[in-house]
Amino acid sequence: MSEEIKADKVMDLKGLPCPMPIVKVSKGIKEVEVGQVIEAQTTDPGSLTDFPAWARTSGNEILKTDQDGEAIKFFIKRNA
Amino acid sequence: MKEGNLEKQFAELKSQVETLSKEGAENKLSMIVFSGDMDKVLASLLIATGAVAMGMDVVMFFTFWGTPILRDKKKKVGGKDLMGKMFSAMLPKGACKVKLSKMNMGGMGTAMMKSLMKKKNVASIEEMLELAAELGVRIYVCEMSMDLMGFKREEMIDYPNLSFCGVAKFLEEAKNSKIQLFI
Repeated sequence: MSEEIKADKVMDLKGLPCPMPIVKVSKGIKEVEVGQVIEAQTTDPGSLTDFPAWARTSGNEILKTDQDGEAIKFFIKRNA
Repeated sequence: MKEGNLEKQFAELKSQVETLSKEGAENKLSMIVFSGDMDKVLASLLIATGAVAMGMDVVMFFTFWGTPILRDKKKKVGGKDLMGKMFSAMLPKGACKVKLSKMNMGGMGTAMMKSLMKKKNVASIEEMLELAAELGVRIYVCEMSMDLMGFKREEMIDYPNLSFCGVAKFLEEAKNSKIQLFI
């Protein structure tokens, strides 16, 4: 049984192609406090590699990635 | 005596580290946009906005065929000489007039690509320029290209802090950048 992660903010980025998901998430994450979590929903398959790369570079942390068909959910903790 | 030596060595090392960190590349992307092709310009703006999302400072230099991308289709300026008028007429007036580098097919290919982009939610050059402005991407335009093609500053788009420069400004920025691209 996996632990439920509670998101402080949900971002709907479905249907947006590159580079919009990371452009928006990089703005959105500044709207929560350090330590809080955002849930970003995308449908862009490229985001599966892009989000981890963005998180490593920006110093934030992806706690969990859920994939259900086309729909992808990232739970990202603001660390920086 | 020995301790004094160590202290001296330490001070030397410290000053060396300080100099190195001063000279080291900043977290910055410097890009030259030489091409005036729709696809290449779009790619350059995509990389630029993505880089801002990655936390980088971004500066773009538009030169040669890239220069007319920044013309404003709504602005009209007079007082150009014959060559200036010719370049003005023959080069695209703004981002909405640029063509694909391949498969243009007399404009048909570009039109098809544009409608496909709309359908797939891919931003146009104009939209990407707006986004770049909002994200604080700095844009410089090559003064020599402007002069050569007879473009005037008054006919360029309203972009925050759009500046005009020469090669030295690019080199200064590029020298301190972690990434440099020529597109």
